[in-house]
Amino acid sequence: MTPGRLFGRSLSLALLLIGALAILLPFIWMVSLAFKPQDEIFTATIQLLPSRIEWSNFTKALTETDVPRYLLNGVIVVVGILAFQILFAVPCAFALAHRRFAGRTLIFGLVLAALLVPFHVTAIPIFLGFAQIGILNTYWALILPFVPTAFGIFLFRQFLAQVPSELFDAARVDGLSETAIVWRIAFPLAMPAATAFAIFSITAHWNDLFWPLIATTDSDLATPPRGILFFRDEESGDDVGPLMAAAALITAPLVIAFLLAQRKFTRGLAAGGLKG
Amino acid sequence: MRRLPLAARDALTNTWLVGPATLAMLMFIFLPVLIVAVLSFTDYQFGARSFGWIGLENYEKLFGSALGRRAITNTLLYVAIVIPAAVGLGLLVALGLHRMMDWAPQLSNVLRSVYFLPVAATLVAMSVAWQMVLHPSLGVVNQTLVGLGGEPRNWLSDRSIVLYTLAVIGIWQTVGYNMVLFLAGLVAIPPELYDAAEVDGAGGNWSRFWTVTWPMLGPTTLFVLVITATNAFRVFETVATLTQGGPAFASDTLVYALYREGFVYFKAGYASAITMVFFAVLLTLTLMQFRIVERRVHYR
Repeated sequence: MTPGRLFGRSLSLALLLIGALAILLPFIWMVSLAFKPQDEIFTATIQLLPSRIEWSNFTKALTETDVPRYLLNGVIVVVGILAFQILFAVPCAFALAHRRFAGRTLIFGLVLAALLVPFHVTAIPIFLGFAQIGILNTYWALILPFVPTAFGIFLFRQFLAQVPSELFDAARVDGLSETAIVWRIAFPLAMPAATAFAIFSITAHWNDLFWPLIATTDSDLATPPRGILFFRDEESGDDVGPLMAAAALITAPLVIAFLLAQRKFTRGLAAGGLKG
Repeated sequence: MRRLPLAARDALTNTWLVGPATLAMLMFIFLPVLIVAVLSFTDYQFGARSFGWIGLENYEKLFGSALGRRAITNTLLYVAIVIPAAVGLGLLVALGLHRMMDWAPQLSNVLRSVYFLPVAATLVAMSVAWQMVLHPSLGVVNQTLVGLGGEPRNWLSDRSIVLYTLAVIGIWQTVGYNMVLFLAGLVAIPPELYDAAEVDGAGGNWSRFWTVTWPMLGPTTLFVLVITATNAFRVFETVATLTQGGPAFASDTLVYALYREGFVYFKAGYASAITMVFFAVLLTLTLMQFRIVERRVHYR
């Protein structure tokens, strides 16, 4: 190896490591404070890591605060949204890809147009409507607005369009109903698209703050991001340890899932970029 | 159902498959867009029994008032900082990690995961962590500054720097995403092109980059630019968590102003006008993105 190349590699390695450290800084600080004893949090001297592991912050966050409730709400909302999204999107995508009918182009056009609408744009009218029928501050308020997913329909349609239609014709000859074809043949075939979509949807809604902040004021319904703000605003400044433990607990599920299935995660979230 | 003629049965099946999703889209996407557009020309307030038509007054207020202009210029400044930094750093990290694949593939993979971590992490929870990193006395940043003999700063409550602080967090969150897109672009460059460049005398790193890598990454770069802009324009979570637009509206942004005016002050009409302006910007960006994606397909 030439000295020039060695120098180049060392330099790029050093810069990449410094960058990685900067990326990790808030994670390290969060985990470190979560494990630090109270007195070590409140010192003015730099101490990156705790001197001993203190579990009491996690115990406190899990037993004396509503964090478990927030996590449960998060699971209910995220699973509810995903289930309805798939229930609505897959039959529509299948019909768009493999059936000929009047209005097909129009509906696909609607799907493409809907892709252009960010959720923020629809928030005010949906809030008004939900207030009118009195379902603000319910799980339904958190789930319903996300049921129609143009991105999901688009993704499934593109995927199913590549499946040869003879496959479905064969199933028809065997006497399967169209509904059975959608769920017993098309959906299992579209599993790769479903995985990417699920990762995208779960991440987006577990992390969302905008809509939960608008649709709910009841802390019993708070999703994790909304909940941690309740917790932060209630504590008077001496519960930093448990607060960081709560932040770590809320971040952990997705981060762990990402570390376990990196390739799928990256693909799912990169595909989500199409949605804008 | 068996008794129905074939055509009618087919029509029923189609409605059954496509109907629910179409209806849901009309109800939760297209109807709200229409309503928000109409509301933006009224003085409607949540809970009020009536409203009046006020023409363009809401828009004049947004572009004419000091507060409205503040939200717009803050958002533009934020976007103007985040785009070049997040795209530039994303490209540099991708180039570094791509080359590292040749001599330390495992380390390269580990670093890629590290850089992508903020994309998967819950931004609100991480903002709470950032709040402690930047805490005036207990935060690691100020402690390090003081340790080095510098002056501690109020990163989140000093009017002159708060927007830059938020921009840094925005960059922190976006670099990994851009890196992944650039890495995909780099992998797609056929190695023969580098051999050809070498034959043509472009053997050095620098000339290899400018003759092969950069032109081949063109479409990717455009895509990354637009997507970064789209995401930066939507900045909300960090503002809501860390500053709530303050101090003195120094970090007020478009989406946060939309939220505050609409759902804290209940001025539905004015908030709808903010929504429409936000929508117009995002619409332009997303249409650009669509065109780039379409073009990229032809490149392959």
